[in-house]
Amino acid sequence: MDFDFSDDQKFLQTEARKFLEGRCPVSVVRKVLNDPAKTHDADLWNAVAEQGWLGAAIPEAHGGLGLGRLELCVIAEELGRSLAPIPFASTVYFVAEAIMMAGSEAQKAQWLPKIASGDVIGCFATVERPGPLTDAQISASVNGGKLSGAKLPVTDGDIATLAVVLAKEAGRMGLYLVDLTAGGVTRENVSTIDPTRSVAKLTFSGANADRLGDAGEGMALADAVLNRAAVLLAFEQVGGADRALELARDYALERYAFGRPIGSYQAIKHKLADAYIKNQLARSNAYYGAWALDVDAPELPVAAAAARVSACEAYWYASKESIQTHGGMGFTWEVDCHLYYRRAHQLGLVAGGAKAWKERLVTQLERRNAA
Amino acid sequence: MDFNDTPEEAAYRAQVRAWLAANAPGGVQGDDEDPNNMAAAKAWQAKKADAGYACITWRKDWGGPGGAPWQSVIFAQEEADIPTPGNPFSIGLGMCVPTIMTSGNEADKVRFVKPAMRGEEIWCQLFSEPSGGSDVAAARTRAVRDGDEWVINGQKVWTSGAHYSDFGLLLARTDPDVPKHKGLTMYWIDMHDPAVECRPIHQMSGASNFNEVYFTNLRIKDSQRVGPVGDGWKVSLVTLMNERMSIGGGGGGDYRPVMKLAQELSTLVGPAVKDAALREKIAEWFVQAEGLKYTRFRAQTALSRGQVPGPENSIGKVVGATLMQDMAQAAMDMEDQFGIINDPKHAPLAAAFQAAVMGAPGMRIAGGTDEILRNIIAERVLGLPGDVRLDKDVAFKDIPSGR
Repeated sequence: MDFDFSDDQKFLQTEARKFLEGRCPVSVVRKVLNDPAKTHDADLWNAVAEQGWLGAAIPEAHGGLGLGRLELCVIAEELGRSLAPIPFASTVYFVAEAIMMAGSEAQKAQWLPKIASGDVIGCFATVERPGPLTDAQISASVNGGKLSGAKLPVTDGDIATLAVVLAKEAGRMGLYLVDLTAGGVTRENVSTIDPTRSVAKLTFSGANADRLGDAGEGMALADAVLNRAAVLLAFEQVGGADRALELARDYALERYAFGRPIGSYQAIKHKLADAYIKNQLARSNAYYGAWALDVDAPELPVAAAAARVSACEAYWYASKESIQTHGGMGFTWEVDCHLYYRRAHQLGLVAGGAKAWKERLVTQLERRNAA
Repeated sequence: MDFNDTPEEAAYRAQVRAWLAANAPGGVQGDDEDPNNMAAAKAWQAKKADAGYACITWRKDWGGPGGAPWQSVIFAQEEADIPTPGNPFSIGLGMCVPTIMTSGNEADKVRFVKPAMRGEEIWCQLFSEPSGGSDVAAARTRAVRDGDEWVINGQKVWTSGAHYSDFGLLLARTDPDVPKHKGLTMYWIDMHDPAVECRPIHQMSGASNFNEVYFTNLRIKDSQRVGPVGDGWKVSLVTLMNERMSIGGGGGGDYRPVMKLAQELSTLVGPAVKDAALREKIAEWFVQAEGLKYTRFRAQTALSRGQVPGPENSIGKVVGATLMQDMAQAAMDMEDQFGIINDPKHAPLAAAFQAAVMGAPGMRIAGGTDEILRNIIAERVLGLPGDVRLDKDVAFKDIPSGR
């Protein structure tokens, strides 16, 4: 039994934490939050690219570090913990994973090196309407290699140069690579609950679309990408949830009411103990997801869904109760609690919400039991 | 990250499996309270002890096998997969005897360790009292010195297995004039002494696993003292620490029975599992049950690496007990009117959910209530301050007491 990260992976995590404490203090996050014109922190993006993190899981032949998904997981935890305002998840967990999973050699050679170097920012464009992703809600279509239709919300769609788009071609669903610098696309900025992670509406009118994987496999591929992203996002969520709990704990130790620290009252202690419990359950489920992702186990759909459901619950609880523990101060713009509360929602919805993932999970369990 | 055993672990597991296959009692799986169970349990314990599979981590100089914690975990996992008699030894072997090994005198170690390990002698833990369940240090049972002897009077409660125990580890008050934590002393006593009376407690579940234990002028020798006079609280912490360090197989909610029922039971919308509200619940139970399992794997990994498991291990019972209660309640609701029936002949899954619903309230209290366990997590893991203690610097005799 070796159900933990290796010493090397833990070292990488420690280094990542130090790096982000230096390069991504909350002041960096707040700059993006407070400036509507600022979509992300470009300096941090470049610094992260220099660290090689964008290509951590990309093979060396394609310009990456050729490490595994486990290394990506520990980096993800630290990015989540530091609320990094960069398009890392869109580019790495969604687009790079999609290309590595379904791309041809030519597609890999064309895009992966540019992703690893930070020259390409990616976005994953699937849904078009409120509600969970289904076949029925997709009207974007491809004809003769040209894509038309609109996608909303597309996280990082305002700054991305490469999109992976779900669309129908002759009635069959496919995933398509779209070079957003090649024309045929207009972008409309959309305000969001977490301004540190931007969103756009992308409208395609005859954009060049290069199919990723087989025709008709679009939904299955999108599902597989979501499973992979769910595990990596779970680590970001666990990192954020732990930090939100730490802030609450620290405040409960220094804030006095009725002559004693509020952290000595059981109403606060039990709330924070519950946050700790949820965070630990989420971490354990995320570890299982990491294992399944790393070895591409048949259990990945169950493991990914469990990691996501558990992480959504943990971050939601920790972030809302961190505000509650801070009292009135927690409701102010100046105190950082709302940054975690915003990010908890952003991460909790970006790959599909917990409700939809619970359904995915039980569907998988039914199949497992029927088999 | 790898779920597979290391070669060393795999070799040990294979050895354990082979031994269990050749030696397991087979077909015997009784309750602690089943009179036929006791003989089978004792025979099985002796067999394990003789083969070096009982109390695997106990040190050799005290008669233990001197094995590693990871071996103990592997054995527990493998043993959990086969039918074995109910285990009346866990409190003695998990808590009482380790306390003797840590705080007792040499003669007691020689006298008690081996017979306990072989299941020849059973121990119970006499800590809780009517005046103090969560507040163990509020114990009122008095021990008064009389020459080379102590005279014990008082009452303990919630004592699991007292009625079949041979010995008990007793926390008693020796000095009521000092603050409560300072006036306690630990002893071992002979449960067969006529001055000790056990009265079974009839639990809401219908079973009687616990007892009230009364001491009326019980005389014991000073050599039965475990640790110095006035050090009883410190000694008890060692006992409780042993309880919390114990990890291993089983425990803490299994989603599979409720999933099975949901797939088999038909409703207006087809199998119950097609109900959207229930599906959402199943997903939530699953991530808790699996989260607990993987949390145990993390602790096991720490042991495999020769490290001490982290504090995340402390979440087990507080999650598992409520999880069990919630799943059982929902399963009975799913059974609808049949949920009332606890006759195993008629109720689905031999009335397992009905038994769980009636047992779960006890699980949420025994071995630290949900509330006390949350305090422990808040204080020992998160570093939050203890609650204000009105009785801290007050002589025990002056502490106000309610019912």
